[in-house]
Amino acid sequence: MPAGALEVEGLARHYGERDALSGVSLSLAHGQTLVVFGPNGAGKTTLLRVLATLLRPHAGSVRVLGSSLPDDAWAVRGRLGLLGHEPLLYRELTARENLRFHARLHGVGDERVQELLDLVGMDGRSREPLRTLSRGMVQRVAVARAVLHDPELLLLDEPHANLDPAAVELVAPLIGAGTDPARPRTRVICSHDPSGGLAEADVVLGLRAGRPALLRTAADVDPAEIAELYR
Amino acid sequence: MRRTVGALLRKELLVELRTLESVPGMSLFAVTTFVVFHFALNRNVVEGDLAAGILWVTLLFAAILGINRLFVADAEEGGFDGFLLAPVDRSAMLLAKALTLLVYLLVLELVAVPAFALLLLGPSLGHALPGLIGVLALGDLGVAAIGTLVAALAVRTRARDLLGPLLALPLLVPIVIGGARASSPVLASAHHAGPSARWLLTLGLYDLVFGLIAYALFDFLLED
Repeated sequence: MPAGALEVEGLARHYGERDALSGVSLSLAHGQTLVVFGPNGAGKTTLLRVLATLLRPHAGSVRVLGSSLPDDAWAVRGRLGLLGHEPLLYRELTARENLRFHARLHGVGDERVQELLDLVGMDGRSREPLRTLSRGMVQRVAVARAVLHDPELLLLDEPHANLDPAAVELVAPLIGAGTDPARPRTRVICSHDPSGGLAEADVVLGLRAGRPALLRTAADVDPAEIAELYR
Repeated sequence: MRRTVGALLRKELLVELRTLESVPGMSLFAVTTFVVFHFALNRNVVEGDLAAGILWVTLLFAAILGINRLFVADAEEGGFDGFLLAPVDRSAMLLAKALTLLVYLLVLELVAVPAFALLLLGPSLGHALPGLIGVLALGDLGVAAIGTLVAALAVRTRARDLLGPLLALPLLVPIVIGGARASSPVLASAHHAGPSARWLLTLGLYDLVFGLIAYALFDFLLED
C-alpha cells in the first residue's frame, strides 16, 4: 500500500467547552475516498476544516499529504481543494472574476478558468455578479473554484447541495476519483446519502457527537449501520 | 508576492466600485462634519492650530468608517478561507488591504480637503497644498498600517463594529496629534511656513514602528 495521504491519530478539537471532535483516528491511502457520515453537529465540517489547515487540532496528530499539521500547513496549501457549505466566493464579483482571482492566488492561467466555466456550464452567466445567480449556479462556480488548481486532495462537504440532477452529472467528473493513475486523487466527502456515499467510498467514517462510531472499509459496511448513526 | 498583492488589490477595488460601501460614506461624513463645524463654531474661516485640528479629527473619524468595513466582505463571504487555502505569503493580504485603505484615504482627501478649504479654511489652499500633501501622505501611511491591523483583529469578533473604533482610536491619536502639529504652520495665514520637521519625523517614525508591528502580527491574526 502506498504511503498514506491522511494519517490522523487521536484528533481532538473543541470550541470553548464543547468537544467538536474527540479521539478521531484514521488513515487513508493516496487515491482513496473517505466518506464521512453523521448527523448535524457530529463534527464532519470541523474534521474537513482541520484537514484543510483552516482549524488547528487541539490534540492528537494529523498528517496530510505527508505534512504534519499545523506546523507544516504551508506545504499542503495549494495541494488541496475545499468545497464547503460556503462557496468562498465574493457576491459582488462575477463568476469569471471570482475564478480569475483564485487562479491568480494559485498561479493558474486564465485558460483554465475558461475551461472550468465551460465544464460547469456557467460560461453564459459568467459575467453576472454572483449575487444575481441561483444557489445551484453558485455551487457550480464553487466546484470550479475548488478544482481550479487540480488538487491532489479534495475535501467535499455535501458537494451536491443545491444542485439539480443535470448539474450533479455536470460536476461529477470534476470532483470524481480521477482517472490518471499517475496522479491519484484522494477525497474526503461528507455526506448524508447512505447509498450514494457508500457507492463512492473506499473507507467509511461515522461520527456521532464528535466521536468515531464507525470506521471500516466500505465493502464491510451495511447501509443499516449508517442509518443507525442518525437515530 | 507582487502578483498576489495585485490580485487582492484589484478584487478589493472591484468590490468597492460595485458596492460603494466605504468611500462615499467616508467622504460624505467628512463634508457633513465640516458643515457642522462651520455653523457650530459660528465662524466663516479658521486657520493655524484650529484649522489643522478640525481637518485631522474629521479625517480620523472618516477613516474609522473605512477601517470598519475593510475586512467585512472577506469575513462574511469566506474570503479569508479562500485566501488561506492558497499557497501564498500571508503578508500579501496585509499589503493589499493597507494599499486599499490608502486608496480610500486618497479619494477621501480629494473630496474633503477642497470642501474644507471652501467651508472653513481662511488661508489660500494653493499656498498650503504642497506642505499639506506631504503631511497627509505620512499620516495616511500610519492610518493604513494601524487600520489594517485593527480591522483584521476586530472583524473576527462578534462586536467588530464596536471593537474596531475602540482599538483604532487610541492608536491613531498620535497620528492626529502629529498630523495637526505638522500641518498647523502650513494652515496659518500669518506666514506661509512649511510643515514642522520635528512632527514630520515623529509621524514617520510612528509609521515605521506600526508598519513593522503590523507585519509581525498579521499572520497570527489570520490563523485559527
